[in-house]
Amino acid sequence: MAFDSLTAFIVMEGHGPYVWTCYGVFFLLLGALVYWSLLQRRRVVSAQRRDLARAAAGQSAAPRAAVGASFNRVHESQD
Amino acid sequence: MWQFFHKLGSPKWFFGIANRLMPWLLWGGAVLLLAGLVWGLAFAPKDYLQGNSYRIIFIHVPSAFLAQSVYIMMAVAAVVTLVWRMKLADVFVKAAAPVGAVLTFLALFTGAVWGKPTWGTWWIWDARLTSMLILLFLYFGVIALGAAISDEKSSARAVAVLVLVGVVNIPIIKYSVEWWNTLHQPATFKLTEKPSMPIEMWLPLLLSVLGLYLIFGWFACLRMQTEILTRERRTRWVKELVQAEGN
Repeated sequence: MAFDSLTAFIVMEGHGPYVWTCYGVFFLLLGALVYWSLLQRRRVVSAQRRDLARAAAGQSAAPRAAVGASFNRVHESQD
Repeated sequence: MWQFFHKLGSPKWFFGIANRLMPWLLWGGAVLLLAGLVWGLAFAPKDYLQGNSYRIIFIHVPSAFLAQSVYIMMAVAAVVTLVWRMKLADVFVKAAAPVGAVLTFLALFTGAVWGKPTWGTWWIWDARLTSMLILLFLYFGVIALGAAISDEKSSARAVAVLVLVGVVNIPIIKYSVEWWNTLHQPATFKLTEKPSMPIEMWLPLLLSVLGLYLIFGWFACLRMQTEILTRERRTRWVKELVQAEGN
């Protein structure tokens, strides 16, 4: 150990806040990137499973429900 | 040789290889990175000039190193995209860009936090820092351009050209500490010389650089697989795979 005690390790002669901020942000961002990448993967797989199930049920011709505001073509008049 | 090259271009073949590699990349990378960081944080000796703040080096240098080397890998992939029209090369560029952006941000952030106790300032507009900021904007540009063009082929070509134009920034980052007067210290590792640090300092640094490399490999595999699943969703093998994987 380069330090005499746990307190000395955490304080790091006054440089503790700088060092621990860096390590914290490093792991936080890497963790977020892992979470986001796995989430993307799961979303792609489940969306395709839904499409496949719909195709199997013979409903593939049905228009998709519009989600929120978008520039998508309106299939049925809203008037 | 050419057969191998053609296989490499096959998304299905790559998918299987990635599946086999990913556990090794993730766990190997995590073990190396953690070993390097624990060693660097708790056991490496204090720097006589900078005190304990230098311990930030064990995440700053790996992030900055990877940020540049990911860009170089993307540039190689961009050449492959333009010359051989290989789809997998473009898949790599799209998958790696967000990881590169996060690593560049980490290099800038940890550098700023290190600069405060060492130089007395968070940020200055000097050559090394500014060229690193440009690298971050290049990554943002690549991500935005890729997302803006929906046609697969034109998107691949446009992104490849942008990546290749931006590669001029890499030697500028590398030599900025030699060409201009800068607060930033010169390179820690050089291929031609012995490191300027004692072995108890550079060995943990080397471990964390290698660890982060492997973890980047894991990210690249995972994100490329996701991209392949999206692009090849009409093929039979992806349909079968999706049915099996979702359970």
